[in-house]
Amino acid sequence: MKLRDRMPFHFIKLRWIWYVISAVIILTGIVSLSTRGLNLGIDFTGGSLLDVRFERTAAVQEVREVLGAYGLEGASIQQSDANTFLIRSRELSEEENNQLIQSLEAQFGEVDVRRGERVGPVIGQELIQKAVLALLVAAVLMIIYISWRFELKQGIAAIVAVLHDVLVVLGLFSLLQLEVNTAFVAAILTVIGYSINDTIIIFDRVRENVLYMKKGMAFEDVINSSLWQTMARSINTALTVVFVLVAMLILGGTTIQNMVVALLVGIVSGVYSSVFTAGPVFFDLKKFERRRPGAARA
Amino acid sequence: MRWDRLLKLAAIMLVVAVVAVVTTRPLFPGVKWLPLTNLINLGLDLKGGVHVVLEAEETPEVPVTTERVKQAMAIIETRVNAFGVSEPVVQQEGSRRIIVELAGISDPDQAVSNLIRTAYLEFKTEDGTTVLTGRQLKDATEAQNPQSGQVVVNLEFEPDGAKTFADVTAANVGRRIGIYLDERLLQEPVVNEPIPSGRAQITGYESLEEAHNMAILLRSGALPVKLEVMEKRTVGPTLGADSLDKSVKAGIAGIIAILIFMAVYYRVPGLVADLALIIYGLLVFMVFAGFHVTMTLPGIAGFLLSLGMAVDANVIIFERLKEELWNGKSLHAAIDAGFKRAFVAILDANVTTLIAAGVLYYFGTGPVKGFALTLSIGILASMFTAITMTRWLLHLVAGSNLVRNVKMYGA
Repeated sequence: MKLRDRMPFHFIKLRWIWYVISAVIILTGIVSLSTRGLNLGIDFTGGSLLDVRFERTAAVQEVREVLGAYGLEGASIQQSDANTFLIRSRELSEEENNQLIQSLEAQFGEVDVRRGERVGPVIGQELIQKAVLALLVAAVLMIIYISWRFELKQGIAAIVAVLHDVLVVLGLFSLLQLEVNTAFVAAILTVIGYSINDTIIIFDRVRENVLYMKKGMAFEDVINSSLWQTMARSINTALTVVFVLVAMLILGGTTIQNMVVALLVGIVSGVYSSVFTAGPVFFDLKKFERRRPGAARA
Repeated sequence: MRWDRLLKLAAIMLVVAVVAVVTTRPLFPGVKWLPLTNLINLGLDLKGGVHVVLEAEETPEVPVTTERVKQAMAIIETRVNAFGVSEPVVQQEGSRRIIVELAGISDPDQAVSNLIRTAYLEFKTEDGTTVLTGRQLKDATEAQNPQSGQVVVNLEFEPDGAKTFADVTAANVGRRIGIYLDERLLQEPVVNEPIPSGRAQITGYESLEEAHNMAILLRSGALPVKLEVMEKRTVGPTLGADSLDKSVKAGIAGIIAILIFMAVYYRVPGLVADLALIIYGLLVFMVFAGFHVTMTLPGIAGFLLSLGMAVDANVIIFERLKEELWNGKSLHAAIDAGFKRAFVAILDANVTTLIAAGVLYYFGTGPVKGFALTLSIGILASMFTAITMTRWLLHLVAGSNLVRNVKMYGA
């Protein structure tokens, strides 16, 4: 028996199982999103961030005491190693920032400012607007392209799959309270691109099989074999990307770690949703069309 | 065995290996020409520096006008150039924003403070009348008295300013004249005698560097509008170098994993794809160097992701190749059919990803733009190498009769 004839289960007949799995994961995320929300970074909220390394080792409490003199007791202080700290606070003016560094130097010896960020609230607002606009524009352009190359129903199914992935990533970031910043938005858009990419490869197969397959073959079987035929590709492609991302997660340093996590989760979810969501949703959309009286198409 | 084709294949591998090594590694001590590493600019997040967005702010006395923002930008440019930073960026965004990027400076916070100082110099008499301003200044230079070690900034006025200064000092002998910078009193010396030379001196600086910065500010003139920092991002040189080092290591590890996986899973075609992937990597870097793409940290991520795309095109083709072989086609016919049927899928799939990258490029700023750009270049280059290079190489290998067993092609 040839490998390609091996179809351990029927994707379309079992689709309610996949729907339930996705629904459970996404609902968990939505509950978290609506109760805990996202941990928005200063890119969105405005504020200041200081990544500093002191000459000597220090305790968080000591750093907090120095910050206290500036009314910043409430700042988030994160210790990355014995003498390196990440301080997130309300927006500091240039003057406050310089004074704070001087005070830290007085207390802990020479201070190496590894990274400093200051984002005004206006910039944050603009960023949110731009991000939302970018997501909408990308979604619309993709639906148009897919409708042109395939059909509208496939476009809708692909967008449903993409929405699935975006919600999975957002949900996870909310659950783990990982920081969301500009790079995260870039990651989300990339996940969208990859997820659609996977879906297209599968729909391309469906398009081809509809043309070549024997007459009288049930549509659900056409989709099912298309999914199995593209299975090796779906898994292998995801694997190669996962190799790179895991390497970056382990070896790549902390600056873009959250971006890599978002990409990793999103791309894995993208492969899943292309197979388990896009195909079945397309089938259900088609089924609806066929049942409608007078809407039968050749 | 077809030796001519085998030789061709060996020659290609040799050329690729030589190009890969010579363009990136300093093999010969005297030769500094390493286009694929030296011609690619590093972004601020990789070499350290500061990115700051300034906005002209409306005050009751000084409304923001296009003219004033332009003047402010010219002054900022003068100041930036005087700091002696290599390849600084000063550009206008929208109607009232100025973006400044300075790479590799030791104290970015101080630099930004100096950039946005109004530096409005005034001389006032005891009754508070402003008699002279920085506008009438011709030059300002720092100097150090070799004996006392006292650091000063010497001021020299334009001819009309010098005349006013002479008149004012003549009228105020025995009284004080205040020197104000940004409405803060610097000093208030007593006038001993009229000063006709048009020269004055400000004292009280702790170091020559401080006096130097002040002289730059005074020379460049006062900012005509108040500038506020909207956004400021600094990366120290140590973190930048660290990030570059780590991501290069991570990238190499990821690439090696891909190369091994492809060779093990797809055998002969996998090895061909590996060769194509290396060619792809070199090609992309050549494009980066040719277009002077600035490499940022997310940009590296974008490039590495595009490797996945490049491999993906090959995976799609090889899966097709397998099927065509199962259907009983000859090796060459299967290769052609595999490519032909895979092409449409690859095209449609990559266009959608390009849409996402394009939108990101349009809406993004800074590093995010870099990410979108490297991803886009990567996708385009991957389509090119997968469809032309892999196909040609695969035919070459098949034609060389080096490996005739179709099982080794995935059947």
